[in-house]
Amino acid sequence: MAAAPALKLVDLTVSYDRHPAVHHVSAEIPAAEMTAIVGPNGAGKSSLLKALLGLAPRIEGRIECSARRIAYLPQQAEVDRSFPISVLDTVLLGRWARFGGFGKASKTDIHDAQHAIESVGLGGFERRPIDTLSVGQFQRVLFARLLLQDADLVLLDEPFAAIDAKTVADLMDVIRRWQAEQRTVVAVLHDLDQVRRDFPNALLLARELVDAGPTARVLSAENLLRARAMAEAWDEHAGACEVSAPAPMKLSA
Amino acid sequence: MLYTYLIEPFADFAFMRRALVACLALSVAGSSIGVFLILRRMSLMGDALAHALLPGAALGFLLGGLSLPAMSFGGFVAGIATAMVSGAIARFTSIREDASFAAAYLTSLALGVLIVSLRGSAIDLMNILFGAILAVDNQALILIVGTATVTLVGLAAIYRPLVVECFNPGFLAAMGVRGALYHALFLGLAVLNMVAAFQALGTLMALGLMLLPAVASSFWAREVWSMTLIAVPMAFLSGAIGLLLSFHAGLPSGPVIVLVASAFFLGSLIFGARSSVRSRLSRPVHLRG
Repeated sequence: MAAAPALKLVDLTVSYDRHPAVHHVSAEIPAAEMTAIVGPNGAGKSSLLKALLGLAPRIEGRIECSARRIAYLPQQAEVDRSFPISVLDTVLLGRWARFGGFGKASKTDIHDAQHAIESVGLGGFERRPIDTLSVGQFQRVLFARLLLQDADLVLLDEPFAAIDAKTVADLMDVIRRWQAEQRTVVAVLHDLDQVRRDFPNALLLARELVDAGPTARVLSAENLLRARAMAEAWDEHAGACEVSAPAPMKLSA
Repeated sequence: MLYTYLIEPFADFAFMRRALVACLALSVAGSSIGVFLILRRMSLMGDALAHALLPGAALGFLLGGLSLPAMSFGGFVAGIATAMVSGAIARFTSIREDASFAAAYLTSLALGVLIVSLRGSAIDLMNILFGAILAVDNQALILIVGTATVTLVGLAAIYRPLVVECFNPGFLAAMGVRGALYHALFLGLAVLNMVAAFQALGTLMALGLMLLPAVASSFWAREVWSMTLIAVPMAFLSGAIGLLLSFHAGLPSGPVIVLVASAFFLGSLIFGARSSVRSRLSRPVHLRG
């Protein structure tokens, strides 16, 4: 890793109700590359993303982030898909940073939104309400919104859960384009074959860091076995962890 | 003939005219609030909130008699307090917000009825619980129309953050916007509307004109703005038809207005354009591609 990392986690702990979801993790995520976050269910992958966004309720340790703008793809369960809103309006939200809660979307914004909708293969869907879309189509909409955010760090939380192969292939093209544009991509993924195939870097998490680095090394059989054993441990009577100094957190550089 | 039935009551009686204007103002502001209440899945919580106005209004009644400013102010304070306490209970304990609202509402209803009966008669209690739209005077009218104005301006100002807060709160948070602030502002506007509706329809039915047209509109429209555009005239028509029916048949106006709104809801439920009974029962036709 020659270049400066996009993200540096220093002794990061994220906890809910005193139980750590992410425990003393220190790692670096390289800039302008694609990194997969892998681990069993409950390993703290989503919590880690939330912490990176500054949305986790309690964190200790430090996150150093050199990105100016961060875009985030939520798990679909976090979005009310029955809400009466059109595809175009949803995608336009990607420009929130420009017009905020009160400004007007410019012609350029609308033009860019249409372009983004076409480039994820949903041309002609602009006025459709989102509750008529399939899971895969809706994921394309969210990707179009990410395209509009023009971020240098893109965080994807399970982008391919319950998505068919064709859509995965199309969306992977979008992700590769981001990487070609020197954007950093971090994705939480479950399909290890896909990670081995498409993501050069991986971070294996089981509440604690198992390993981070080149995918081939991180996803060894031995590491995966260790991750599973660590994730299953849950000690109700564990003593409190020694914390050196609860340093206040600041996300943006 | 038609004139006798439809126009004359309003032409001849000032109290009917005032009631009609009150209905118009309540419809315009209330149904816009109602649309958001159902989109936030808060219709029952809204109902609980409306009931929670009762002890405040009752305290106002106890101190100032049947004076509108005292009762409205008391109701507003009680509504805001209930919303804040329920929100706080939900945030700091593991009780869910709907459960804490239900607890607050039962407590307030009991407390309110008790306070009114300390001093008032059964008729006062009836007026507070069910309202008296025909007794709306100029002062009450100014309160109602003023509330409608504040509500429309307020909703226009917080419209976009509020929509995103309903639809994808995580996105708003990631953009660094405090969604809770807009939620609180919205609740404030909702309570304001319930206070305005309270004189006309009473604490038990204040939500009738707000919610029923909004729910009905969801059977016709697919976007927030179009739902509102359908809900508002429906609410106003309910008010106007309800007033005329109650006038000609000598029935209490509040319940009739709410029942007409229910008729709109039932009609939409059966004949509506989307996910209605009709579309469920109609011969399954599907498009070619």
